[in-house]
Parts: sequence; C-alpha cells; structure tokens
Amino acid sequence: MNWITQPWPWYVAGPLIGLTVPALLILGNKTFGISSSLRHICAACMPAKIPFFQYNWKKESWNLLFVMGVLIGGFIATNFLANPDAIVISEVTQADLAALGIIDYTHLMPSDIFSWENLFTAKGLLFFVIGGFLVGFGTRYAGGCTSGHAIMGISALQWPSLVATMAFMLGGFLMTHVFLEPLMKIVGF
Amino acid sequence: MSVLIKEKDDANCVAPNLTKKKESGLELLKYLILGVLFGIVFVKAEIISWFRIQEMFRLQSFHMYGVIGSAIVTGIISIQLIKRFGIRSMHGEAIHIPKKEFRKGQIIGGLTFGLGWALTGACPGPLFAQIGSGFTVIIVTLLSAIAGTWVYGRFADKLPN
Repeated sequence: MNWITQPWPWYVAGPLIGLTVPALLILGNKTFGISSSLRHICAACMPAKIPFFQYNWKKESWNLLFVMGVLIGGFIATNFLANPDAIVISEVTQADLAALGIIDYTHLMPSDIFSWENLFTAKGLLFFVIGGFLVGFGTRYAGGCTSGHAIMGISALQWPSLVATMAFMLGGFLMTHVFLEPLMKIVGF
Repeated sequence: MSVLIKEKDDANCVAPNLTKKKESGLELLKYLILGVLFGIVFVKAEIISWFRIQEMFRLQSFHMYGVIGSAIVTGIISIQLIKRFGIRSMHGEAIHIPKKEFRKGQIIGGLTFGLGWALTGACPGPLFAQIGSGFTVIIVTLLSAIAGTWVYGRFADKLPN
C-alpha cells in the first residue's frame, strides 16, 4: 500500500485526469470544464439582471457537484492518503524560490505565502485577492481554463483551445520570470 | 422576466450540459463521486501545489508537462474511440461535443488567467482541492475568483471579443 501515500508520478495522474473527458461524456453527455462552476455560482447567487448570468444554472448543477467532489477529494487525499515526507521540488527551483524568501516545504503550499496571518497584508492582497481575481476574470474571458481548453478542447482537436492554452502558458511565464520578483519585493518578501 | 440564453448559442459556456435527459437527485451523485476521484488525483500528483506550478513555469521539472500532456493524449484517444465506434452516453444519446469558436478573449483572457495561475499556483479546479486539503485561506482566493468572473460577466459586452 506504499504507493498510495507516495506522490503519484505524472504517467499515472495524467491518464487518470484525461479519462475524466470520456467519463463525463459517457456518464451524461457532459463537456469537461471546471471554471464554468464559478459562473454558475454567480448565476445562482448574484445574477443582478446581468445577461451573462441569465441562464438555467440549475441544469448545470452537475458541475457544482463535481467541484464539491474535488473539494472532498482534496480532504480525503490529505487526511487519509497523505505523503508523510516533505514535497520534493527540483533543487534549481528551491534555490530560485529561496532567493524570493520561500523556504518552507512541509506542505504542498508554501506557508510563507498561504497563511491566514497574511490575509490583511500586502502579501494577501497580491496572492489571494489579485491572484484569484485574475484567475476568475481571465478564465471566463478566455471561455475556459486548463480543463475546458487545455484538456477538453485540445482533446477534441479544437484549435481555439490550443491558442488559449498557449496564452495561459505565456501569461504564466510572464508572471514567473518578469513580474513575480518585483511584485514580491513590493509586498515585503 | 429575464430571457434564458440557449446554451448552444452561448459562446462563453464551454462546459454546457447537452444531455436531453433530465437528471436529478441521486443521479447527480455520480458527478460528485467523479469529482472526489479527480480531487484525490489532484492532491496525490501534487498538481495543487504552488511549488509544482513554479517548477513548471521555470522549466525546471517535467512533472506538470507530463501530467497535462498525457491527460491530453488520453483525451484525444478517448474521443477518437468514441467517434470511431459511435459510442453513446449511458442514456443512449449520441455524444456531442460543441465546437469552440475563436475569439480575442481566448488570447486576452488567457494571458490574464496565466498571470493569476502563476501567482495563486492554481487553476479553478485545484482551488477547490486546496481548500479541501486544509489550506482554508484559499477560500479568499476562490471568492475573489468568483468576483472576477462576475466582473467579466458585468462588462462582457464592453470588452473586445
């Protein structure tokens, strides 16, 4: 049973994630896409007469159950199947991140950034508030995220999804290599 | 009363529910279970880790490229098999995948999401798994992502698309 607690390699996790595509299609003619859940939450909770949120979100409640499942899955994996050791990250990355003040590898997320103490600080504003906003705004503007475009869209050989995926990657490279260091300096790292 | 947008006419809905059969109650539980399995894979392969996303964008590890790449290959093969053998859904309906139209938003919005992805270390799926894993402060990130989606919806008709 050792393999369960060890981190799963990419060649196990990737195909399992890919299988979600046919699973959803066969279970109920559903197209894989997770960022849509955020839109359904808006449509359900605060539609505010905005045309973009006037649709039958109840018909899409399967998507909300799916993300609720993802949350529960995260809970199960972390509480019952967790790797007891610290996460193993490439040494080059560790050196790069140490220069930015990120040194704690005891959890999957760096406690130097993602802790409640940072909530009402410039760090929290950058990583939680601005970061989250960019994710929510950008995925909806792009019409999908890594699941809807990179996995579902490219799997169905749709070229607009390939364009979107290249834009995701370019945005990530820009943030990591151009903006991250100066932004982290500004917020006090 | 507001007018309902027909899903098939809505370019912004990338994950429409195209089943004709009305599913309710217990029938919807299968999506919850699929989500649970998915969430477990997210955590066990460390996809929800901010460190792994940094490794990816710094080109210092193959892990994330392997995960996304092999997921796509599996998806392509699955869809080809579904098409070739005319596999139907559990309810006997023909499987239909809506065509995505190209819009400027896929570039502008895509870049915006990418910037946020590198900051939060999460796409929307992992956000939920991070919260479940006990990083409860990510609830704030999720709320902000919902706010971002709302703001896009509010100004969708004024943005270049």
